[in-house]
Amino acid sequence: MAAGVAAWLPFARAAAIGWMPVANCPMPLAPADKNKRQDELIILNVSGRRFQTWRTTLERYPDTLLGSTEKEFFFNEDTKEYFFDRDPEVFRCVLNFYRTGKLHYPRYECISAYDDELAFYGILPEIIGDCCYEEYKDRKRENAERLMDDNDSENNQESLPSLSFRQTMWRAFENPHTSTLALVFYYVTGFFIAVSVITNVVETVPCGTVPGNKELPCGERYAVAFFCLDTACVMIFTVEYLLRLFAAPSRYRFIRSVMSIIDVVAIMPYYIGLVMTNNEDVSGAFVTLRVFRVFRIFKFSRHSQGLRILGYTLKSCASELGFLLFSLTMAIIIFATVMFYAEKGSSASKFTSIPASFWYTIVTMTTLGYGDMVPKTIAGKIFGSICSLSGVLVIALPVPVIVSNFSRIYHQNQRADKRRAQKKARLARIRVAKTGSSNAYLHSKRNGLLNEALELTGSPEDEHLTKTTSLIESQHHHLLHCLEKTTNHEFIDEQMFEQNCMESSMQNYPSTRSPSLSSHPGLTTSCCSRRSKKTTHLPNSNLPATRLRSMQELSTIHIQGSEQPSLTTSRSSLNLKADDGLRPNCKGSQITTAIISIPTPPALTPEGESRPPPSSPGSTTNIPPIGSNIVKVSAL
Amino acid sequence: RNPGLGNPPRPTKKALKQRFLKLLPCCGPQALPSVSENSVEDEFELSTVCHRPEGLDQLQEQTKFTRKELQVLYRGFKNECPSGIVNEENFKQIYSQFFPQGDSSTYATFLFNAFDTNHDGSVSFEDFVAGLSVILRGTIDDRLNWAFNLYDLNKDGFITKEEMLDIMKSIYDMMGKYTYPALREEAPREHVESFFQKMDRNKDGVVTIEEFIESCQKDENIMRSMQLFDNVI
Repeated sequence: MAAGVAAWLPFARAAAIGWMPVANCPMPLAPADKNKRQDELIILNVSGRRFQTWRTTLERYPDTLLGSTEKEFFFNEDTKEYFFDRDPEVFRCVLNFYRTGKLHYPRYECISAYDDELAFYGILPEIIGDCCYEEYKDRKRENAERLMDDNDSENNQESLPSLSFRQTMWRAFENPHTSTLALVFYYVTGFFIAVSVITNVVETVPCGTVPGNKELPCGERYAVAFFCLDTACVMIFTVEYLLRLFAAPSRYRFIRSVMSIIDVVAIMPYYIGLVMTNNEDVSGAFVTLRVFRVFRIFKFSRHSQGLRILGYTLKSCASELGFLLFSLTMAIIIFATVMFYAEKGSSASKFTSIPASFWYTIVTMTTLGYGDMVPKTIAGKIFGSICSLSGVLVIALPVPVIVSNFSRIYHQNQRADKRRAQKKARLARIRVAKTGSSNAYLHSKRNGLLNEALELTGSPEDEHLTKTTSLIESQHHHLLHCLEKTTNHEFIDEQMFEQNCMESSMQNYPSTRSPSLSSHPGLTTSCCSRRSKKTTHLPNSNLPATRLRSMQELSTIHIQGSEQPSLTTSRSSLNLKADDGLRPNCKGSQITTAIISIPTPPALTPEGESRPPPSSPGSTTNIPPIGSNIVKVSAL
Repeated sequence: RNPGLGNPPRPTKKALKQRFLKLLPCCGPQALPSVSENSVEDEFELSTVCHRPEGLDQLQEQTKFTRKELQVLYRGFKNECPSGIVNEENFKQIYSQFFPQGDSSTYATFLFNAFDTNHDGSVSFEDFVAGLSVILRGTIDDRLNWAFNLYDLNKDGFITKEEMLDIMKSIYDMMGKYTYPALREEAPREHVESFFQKMDRNKDGVVTIEEFIESCQKDENIMRSMQLFDNVI
């Protein structure tokens, strides 16, 4: 029962009076209406726009948010109204659903936003009314395609689990852009298809005479050369076909597919020719078989998307094409008959029979007009003109349908291509947004430490680096910081991670020289693992500029300058607190706190590493460009 | 491979042929001009008709509903019939929404005729409320009178067996096909027989209003069921 007619329920119950006198048994008791409240108005405040409706209207659908007690969560005591912080435009549709029982989908609304709102209010999209259902389904399908595309691309970008050799080959065949080898193969086969088609054509061109004044086609004059070319092409095609057969995930399906049939038909004539060269009787049939070599040109459809679309269009327009053929046949027979009888009288007429007139009709209806058969009688001419006029019409009718089908499919493909082309940009955008927020944290951390360090040193010139962060940002950063503390790891960005990974792999040796450093031997991480998002402590020695890192509590910061002069005014930091004994190592060996300096200097023995945390605040000095010093700064 | 291309539209052969045939002069659209003109006028007429009921005070006097009840009733009425009147089709369609399993159209027709007291082919809000007032707020005798009026299809003061059979069939139609026990063909007829057994005092094959009321008043079940209507609104 649609809720729109819920108001008529009392009428329906009253109409039951007609059944009472004829009933033979007693009627059941009516349900008692316990809370017979008077109907009251409810105010729904959606983002400031006030909607009002009767309570009973909302109660028509008790399994939605508004119809159940769930809406009490949104009741605002002060204003005695229900406040929803959602889109008021979509709410209009939702409320109309309660009023009329029909859910409509506004065309200007984005499909995901609409779905979100429906999910919030607990309404299933399946009950959208018929009037809007088609549109909704179309939009939903487009959206799903878009999401599927994105997912596919994401999957492709991650490193796939190692495919078997067979699967790799199949992938290479189907998508030539996946690897260079596939691309090379793709172009080579394309080239050979072209060569083969051209040789087939050139074979038949007359190529000069031999003594005896006979014109020979090139194929016979240079028979050996053409045979070699043919053999080469067929060999390539055979190899390709066999490779595809081997790599196909479902061989049976592959054999039945159109492309493989074309492949087979393209190479068969050659082999049959090889077998049959000796037998002179069937050489006539053999010559006919060579016609099939022209099917090689269809192999190009693997290389051209437009051809594939055309083929698909023709297949999907089969009914229109069938109708075209049928109506043409009808018209041809009618006009051929008429012309035959009209021209029967005239002497030496070419319209010798009705089938002979078919040729005239076809040539006239398609406006070719060869002129080899022309009517001579007046009646014949009249009917001939009617024939040509109707031909134009009959052909022009189904053609737009086919054209529009082709156009629609083509544009769909264009859209997919456009999506793919924009995908890179889109993913880059998403990536930038993601790293933006983590960079913000790192940046603020650096700035925060910088500020503190500046306070310690008292140098005022870097004040402009202080950035005012909003309350939400600072709370977020505090949260990330707590996480860092909890896991004893730190957030850094990708660049640094990779650099440190390289460094630590180079620094395997020296690191083992400083075993005494930490008290936490057990914690290692492998820097070369795919945990790009994990936080790890990494040595940072060769990073220029303001890489200041420290923990915002009692910790010692080991700062090491490198030889680079640009570091005079900056500090490069090396992490390492005595507490955090983590050192990533590509080999996974047990490296603990160590100060690693990059190039060389074994002179850089770690000094002062394992100071106990509550050391006195050291002073920071600007690192002299020469040599490397290790300066400890403890930030409180 | 073209995934997700969906189905291209397929204008049927018939549609294309119709398009083609329309070109031929004899089958052109001028064949039936008069009908199209009339239908256009008819549509125009219906859409401009809009009936407004009498004032709330008058309705309050005429019926036994309170003001608030009338308001609620009118709001529901106007929701389904924005033009202010219900015609038979509308009536049947609304009523059928309450009986999804069976076919309630015949019974709805009978109801329509019972509500449409002035027999003008449409039920206005006044008719609607007047009928409801009798059924829901009237005395038992009023209600019985109304029921008799419903059964008496040709309004001649007598209920014949044929009329009763029609009514009975329409009620059984509302049950639909899937019932337990399965509906038999003779069930309505048998029911009519038992009804006449009960109601027809003088066994003359028709039931008059007096016989009807008298018999109903003697029947406990019917009396009790009539009281069900007190609490509908």
